Amino acid sequence: MSKYTEQEQKVIYVHNLFWEALANRDVDLRFSFCSEDVTFIGTGLYEKAANKAEYRNINQKGVSQFPEHFQIEFLWTNISMFNKLACVTSEVIWKQSINGKVSAELVRSTTLLNYEADSWKIVHVHGSVPDYRLAEGEYMTTEKIMLRNRELEQQVYERTKELEKSLAELKSTQSQLIQSEKMASLGELTAGIAHEIQNPLNFVNNFSEVNVELIAELKEELESGSMEDIKAIADDIAINEEKILQHGKRADAIVKGMLQHSRTSNGEKELTDINALCDEYLRLSYHGLRAKDKSFNADFKTEFHESLPEINIIPQDIGRVLLNLITNAFYAVNEKAKEEIPSFEPEVLIQTQKLDTGIRITIHDNGNGIPDSIKEKIFQPFFTTKPPGQGTGLGLSLAYDIVKAHEGDLIMKSHAGEGTKFIILLPTSKTR
Amino acid sequence: MRILIVDDERDIRTLFEQRFRKEIKNNELDLAFAHSGEEALNYLIDKEQHAVLILSDINMPGMSGLDLLAKIKQKFSLPPPIVMMITAYGDQENYTTAMKLGADDFLTKPLDFKQLKEKIKNINHD
Ligand SMILES: Nc1ncnc2c1ncn2[C@@H]1O[C@H](COP(=O)(O)OP(=O)(O)O)[C@@H](O)[C@H]1O
Ligand SMILES: [Mg+2]
Repeated sequence: MSKYTEQEQKVIYVHNLFWEALANRDVDLRFSFCSEDVTFIGTGLYEKAANKAEYRNINQKGVSQFPEHFQIEFLWTNISMFNKLACVTSEVIWKQSINGKVSAELVRSTTLLNYEADSWKIVHVHGSVPDYRLAEGEYMTTEKIMLRNRELEQQVYERTKELEKSLAELKSTQSQLIQSEKMASLGELTAGIAHEIQNPLNFVNNFSEVNVELIAELKEELESGSMEDIKAIADDIAINEEKILQHGKRADAIVKGMLQHSRTSNGEKELTDINALCDEYLRLSYHGLRAKDKSFNADFKTEFHESLPEINIIPQDIGRVLLNLITNAFYAVNEKAKEEIPSFEPEVLIQTQKLDTGIRITIHDNGNGIPDSIKEKIFQPFFTTKPPGQGTGLGLSLAYDIVKAHEGDLIMKSHAGEGTKFIILLPTSKTR
Repeated sequence: MRILIVDDERDIRTLFEQRFRKEIKNNELDLAFAHSGEEALNYLIDKEQHAVLILSDINMPGMSGLDLLAKIKQKFSLPPPIVMMITAYGDQENYTTAMKLGADDFLTKPLDFKQLKEKIKNINHD
């Protein structure tokens, strides 16, 4: 059973036909429902009519601009009856499709009908498209929406540009950071290097001085003539000469290593003696830390596999890995030493081992270890637990990347309170 | 006179033996060597071994020269050996610390052996 009375049903019937006729472009049918004095108000600036002819004129123009597919759908209809007057309000969705694109617009209307000569005739129509209120006193009209859309598109475009720019900047900052991390570690190295070069140079100077004296003595002895003494002096000169050569080479190797470290990696792999590389970086970081912080002290030990095969690596890259891991280890033991536990002896140990498929380098420290809660994070770039200026948080992430680039692996094992092991696995590369 | 030389650089032995070849030959000097602070302490703890002068490097892994100096000054008071500290850096901080800990002298690397010989002579004359 309908909720409408008979009269109401008649009114709605006329109302619906009136609107559907618009969708069907049947202007004649539409206006057969209108009274001669029908008036109309729409949303557009010129959408107003004081009589049937004017209204029809507006409709005629509108219909000619309708797209091919055009449909209406009543959302709701409300009716009020006042004796011989009926007021129908409704909300309709106008659906249109242009080139396969469907768009919809919400239209509200008020239609007044008058009962004239046995039929309901439309006497007034008011149609409107709801505006979207943005803020108090500000409204959104269709035109504004389009403008706004265009603005938004522009903004999206600009934002994308900006994002692209920041991404590029971020990339360059990142490579700068990597470079400065490299330089910072070089700075740390410098003091160590100075010490490592000074020592052999002292020997070179001292042994040369001794030899100058010995040669003078030798000349004296040649005159007085004890062959035994002459031979002894000559032997000493030979020993000293050997020492001079040896320490000269030592200084030479350090300078070369330093240059290699600062040089941007040319990506060239070289057959490298890993034991020598470990030893070099262990000493460099030890002396570097010592020069930076007088209170720093720790013992270091090495357990090198005696017949470790040389492997193909980029030495300055693996050197950086070692430097980062060793520096972390020394830092950890030094922190623990500050707790002044009586029996505690800070110690860092580097071990090398030969495996079937490659080699293993293990850096042990007896520091405070890594708590489980941060184990997952330590390889993330910029993760650091060190005070500002002491850590960049880049050491481990760079180390990881470098080891992975060598098709190796970097593994951490740590028990909080007991110490930490970092294991570098490097494959024996296939012969090229 | 026995001198204990403490340095982690092993060639220091050859150098000292050559530099003091005459003094050693004439039995004026007797050199002993230790390569770490721990080794030096063990040497000194051994009752048989005494040294009139200890020359110690500061910068050594493990027990540093300054730690060794502090321990020597605590433990071996009668008669106290003369301790001279050697450092590669020769900076004010190490100098001040060494002096506070009771170092008798302070030498910088590279060692000036002529000067060192003078200092040793002065000890002998005292
Ligand atoms: N040997 C270690 N012992 C204890 N914690 C460590 C050790 N190595 C690394 N870590 C932890 O991992 C963090 C990240 O290390 P890293 O990437 O080298 O950056 P940074 O040393 O600049 O902090 C450190 O801040 C520290 O918390
Ligand atoms: Mg680090």
